[in-house]
Amino acid sequence: MEEEKTLKVQKIKNGIVIDHIPCGRALKVLKILNIEGDIGSAVSIAMHVRSRYGWKDIVKIEDRFLEEKELDKIALVAPTATVNIIKDYKVVKKHRVEVPDRIVGIVRCTNPRCITNQNEPLTPEFYVISRDPLIIKCKYCERDMESDEIVENII
Amino acid sequence: MFKGRDIVSIKELSREDIERIFEVAEDMIPIAKGEKKTDILRGYVLATLFFEPSTRTRLSFETAMQRLGGSVIGFSNPKATSISKGETLADTIRIVDLYSDVIVIRHPFEGSARLAAEFAEHPVINAGDGAGQHPTQTLLDLFTMAREFGDISGLNVALIGDLKYGRTVHSLAYILSKLGANLYLVSPPLLRMPKHIIRELNKKPVETDKLEDILGEIDVFYVTRIQKERFPDPTEYRKVAGSYRITAKLLSSAKKNAIVMHPLPRVDEISSDVDPLPHARYFQQAFNGVPVRMALLALVLGVV
Repeated sequence: MEEEKTLKVQKIKNGIVIDHIPCGRALKVLKILNIEGDIGSAVSIAMHVRSRYGWKDIVKIEDRFLEEKELDKIALVAPTATVNIIKDYKVVKKHRVEVPDRIVGIVRCTNPRCITNQNEPLTPEFYVISRDPLIIKCKYCERDMESDEIVENII
Repeated sequence: MFKGRDIVSIKELSREDIERIFEVAEDMIPIAKGEKKTDILRGYVLATLFFEPSTRTRLSFETAMQRLGGSVIGFSNPKATSISKGETLADTIRIVDLYSDVIVIRHPFEGSARLAAEFAEHPVINAGDGAGQHPTQTLLDLFTMAREFGDISGLNVALIGDLKYGRTVHSLAYILSKLGANLYLVSPPLLRMPKHIIRELNKKPVETDKLEDILGEIDVFYVTRIQKERFPDPTEYRKVAGSYRITAKLLSSAKKNAIVMHPLPRVDEISSDVDPLPHARYFQQAFNGVPVRMALLALVLGVV
């Protein structure tokens, strides 16, 4: 037990800790936050970490805070995630991400023949038809998208 | 209730909406046949925008508008329009909306009718968007069954042929199930109905690849075309297509009052020896497109 409590990655002073990411999705989370290469602050990733509920991934990003839209994107990739906001080494706010009822402008429709993938002045929009498993429906072509497809098509 | 409404997807119509459409369509039948005259849509302009060829759908919409005293503008060859110059569909719709009172659109991309409905102030009726929805076809199919049997609930309906790519059968399956019909899905294994369509049905359908097994239970045989292109091997195609062919001989073991429907054009899915039989309903079904579309035009323009 003692060993499990030991932190495997360093604490951060200011920034965010995205915890309880489903196993294997940490890199996707970084990708949708556009974190690649030099971002000017420290990023740590822990993958396949033991937790109370099985295995999980964790991402810590120093000096970075999230916008509402980014939280929605994380919800699509990692619906079980919690986002902790850290100030002066302390958790000042903790929130669970939540998939919004309508997903506007953050996912591209997977159907190449959907009108939203043509050169039209439209913002892609989806309705959530199931949360577990996550299934969303394109408002325009009515095509359903499941979790893996959604992750691949985040804008 | 209907004035100004867009008809984009069958899923947006409630049972009451459908009943109202059928009530008006029933009254339109003598006008559609030319036995009665009316000009309730005099002064109204319908724009028919056919970005894809279609004979029946376009002609029946135009007939519907003219039988009600309205007039029609539009095109059926987009090559001759500014679309070929690269104009967006959104802009085309904005302009046509300024010229007309109601728009009917057929377009190769899925979701295009929803786009049109968003950009137009006037009502938009979807006449088929790619592999997506074709609600007026679905309504005329339902109308044909409702006229024949009175109630859709409890009807045993077999959807036969290409259930994978056939666009009409997807929306039809959805609405039949919503209205309480029992569905029998008859197709070769390669062309079975997609899972996401089956998931939305109220009741689990019977799925089979053998028409003979269910022949005696069926009230409505809804036949669709199996396209040659779907099969890599032409001999396989001939074998499969042949096993779903409706013939007079086959129908001799069907229910006496069973009907045969087809969205047309047919190739050889229904043998011509079925045409004179009391089961044949596909030409009546094609005619029903006119009163159903008359009803929709009159309803969305708010004159009934």
